[in-house]
Amino acid sequence: MSGVDVTGVAKSYGATRVLTDITQSFESGTFTSLLGPSGSGKTTLLRIVAGFVAPDEGSVRIAGADVTGVPVYARNIGMVFQSYALFPHMSVAANVGFGLGRRGIRGKAARAQVEEALEMVRLPGFGARHPKQLSGGQQQRVALARAIVIRPDVLLLDEPLSALDRRLRQEMQVELLRIQRESGLTTIFVTHDQEEALTLSDKVAILDRGRIVQMGRPAEVYERPRTKFAAEFLGDANFLTGIVRAGRVEIAGAAIATEDRLPPDGATVTLAVRPEKIAIRPADAAGSGALENSLPATVASVIYTGTALTYMLRSGDLSLKVFAQNSDGSPLAEGSAVVLSWAARHSVSVEG
Amino acid sequence: MTSLARIFLGLVLVFLYLPIVVMAAMGFNASPLYALPFDFSTHWYEELAGNGRLIEAGWNSIWLAVLTAVIATALGTLAALALWRRTFRGRAILRILLLPPIAIPWLITGTAMLVFFFWTGIGRGLHAMLIGHVALAIPYVVLVVGTGLQTLRADLEEAAMSLGSTPIHAFFRVTLPLLMPSIVGAALFAFAVSLDQFVISYFLSVPGMTTLPVEIYSAIRKGFTPEINAISTILLVASMIVILGFARFARPGGIGERS
Ligand SMILES: Nc1ncnc2c1ncn2[C@@H]1O[C@H](COP(=O)(O)OP(=O)(O)O)[C@@H](O)[C@H]1O
Ligand SMILES: [Mg+2]
Repeated sequence: MSGVDVTGVAKSYGATRVLTDITQSFESGTFTSLLGPSGSGKTTLLRIVAGFVAPDEGSVRIAGADVTGVPVYARNIGMVFQSYALFPHMSVAANVGFGLGRRGIRGKAARAQVEEALEMVRLPGFGARHPKQLSGGQQQRVALARAIVIRPDVLLLDEPLSALDRRLRQEMQVELLRIQRESGLTTIFVTHDQEEALTLSDKVAILDRGRIVQMGRPAEVYERPRTKFAAEFLGDANFLTGIVRAGRVEIAGAAIATEDRLPPDGATVTLAVRPEKIAIRPADAAGSGALENSLPATVASVIYTGTALTYMLRSGDLSLKVFAQNSDGSPLAEGSAVVLSWAARHSVSVEG
Repeated sequence: MTSLARIFLGLVLVFLYLPIVVMAAMGFNASPLYALPFDFSTHWYEELAGNGRLIEAGWNSIWLAVLTAVIATALGTLAALALWRRTFRGRAILRILLLPPIAIPWLITGTAMLVFFFWTGIGRGLHAMLIGHVALAIPYVVLVVGTGLQTLRADLEEAAMSLGSTPIHAFFRVTLPLLMPSIVGAALFAFAVSLDQFVISYFLSVPGMTTLPVEIYSAIRKGFTPEINAISTILLVASMIVILGFARFARPGGIGERS
């Protein structure tokens, strides 16, 4: 069953191309994050799904029906705005009941559904209050209740948590996930916060300059980034660029192994290696030999954060970063010679 | 508030209201020459009751102000909605063109209107004054309502539409109620602009069909009695009732709702 299907969508504002050939399915009942830096087109894509923006090309299907030419108010969507957009002249109950009224549900039935929705967002009995009497987090919950009470075909959220402080934000993340699971709504969540996207989502779609460069389960996207941009935007990465030689990649004098398929000999490729995947040991210590790749390097600097250590290293003219657990309490000294090693499957071949 | 600030505020209020209080008091003083000591009398109000000219001018003023407020507020609000919520060619220029009429001296506007109305056959009289007052009041209305619109977030209407409102329903259920305080404020402005108007009314009036300020002006030139104070006081009380009534009416719409 399909939740939302976007096919061949493109959008330009004047000469600025904002979205290019977006084709993406958002499966029914899944929580998908649109993750990308500011200006990558996340909001535009969300507003095209909502119906506020008409795409120049392509089509949008919601719950199986083509809605490309259907105005917002005739699509059955729920939207949560970054600024909450609660109606300040209406009570909480009137806000939540607004969409029900538009669907002909009034009186007792509406009151029961409103109360049920308020219970779902943990604000039972708040119906008589006015939005300005609520805290930011509470307003956020009311906005959520207002969007879900109409049982929309898709729930759209545009950076709904970015106005909250860190603690409240984490609390709301948990709540949002619970509510999405309980309601089973197909959800598209826009964010530029990679940690938030990884924590919340069934699927993460990474946007780069108006294109979805990768979509998949969080672990899939994190462990096997397809492009340099995806690797960098979702976490940290070391990029090693070298020439393919006999099934390996020659970098800084070493032949690096990968499990990814490589182009023929002589081609230039870039491998991405996550800093926490690299083991670091003094050059004179014995290696375990279990890891396929090893690279001699020198410690350039150490950042000490208590539980973890970040090493900045040099190997020839290559700069590398390694995250290590502070397990023995004595970081390696700056200038000391070390050997870095990692498994072949952690060298991920990425496109420029 | 510090006591110094309170004293200052008190002085401002005295400065504003003392002349008005004196003016009103003189309407109840028996002396036709505004002479003291004060001798309470309702004589001038009785005289006024028989002064058809003054009373008619007073009614003209009030009707003109009410009609001006209604028409200018309706037209100005529509213009503000177009100027701040729609995009079209020449919008920026139109917005800029709104401001100069406020700054052009009324004497010049009045002369221009007189000439223009003469040419077009509109002529002079109360109908001409109404057109003149409406034209004068519209820029104020557009500015006041436009400012209100700018503080109203556009995503409120979008939220309503996401919940199933057509644009028209969203406008009447969300934008209009939230804009009401601005619209009422604008109507008050238009009312005051008209009630207060002398120069243009003077140019466009015909003898025997005029507004109170013009009538008072000609009375002062001819020699006058505290009847003028009596009618001025009545008008003052009437317009204060209108303004306070408006202010009450504006509250449920939510002056205090916007933060
Ligand atoms: N209404 C618009 N008119 C012109 N340019 C726009 C409009 N909306 C968005 N853009 C441009 O499109 C690009 C993507 O914007 P947006 O979708 O808001 O990105 P994001 O939400 O990822 O930050 C930006 O460069 C922005 O300036
Ligand atoms: Mg955005």
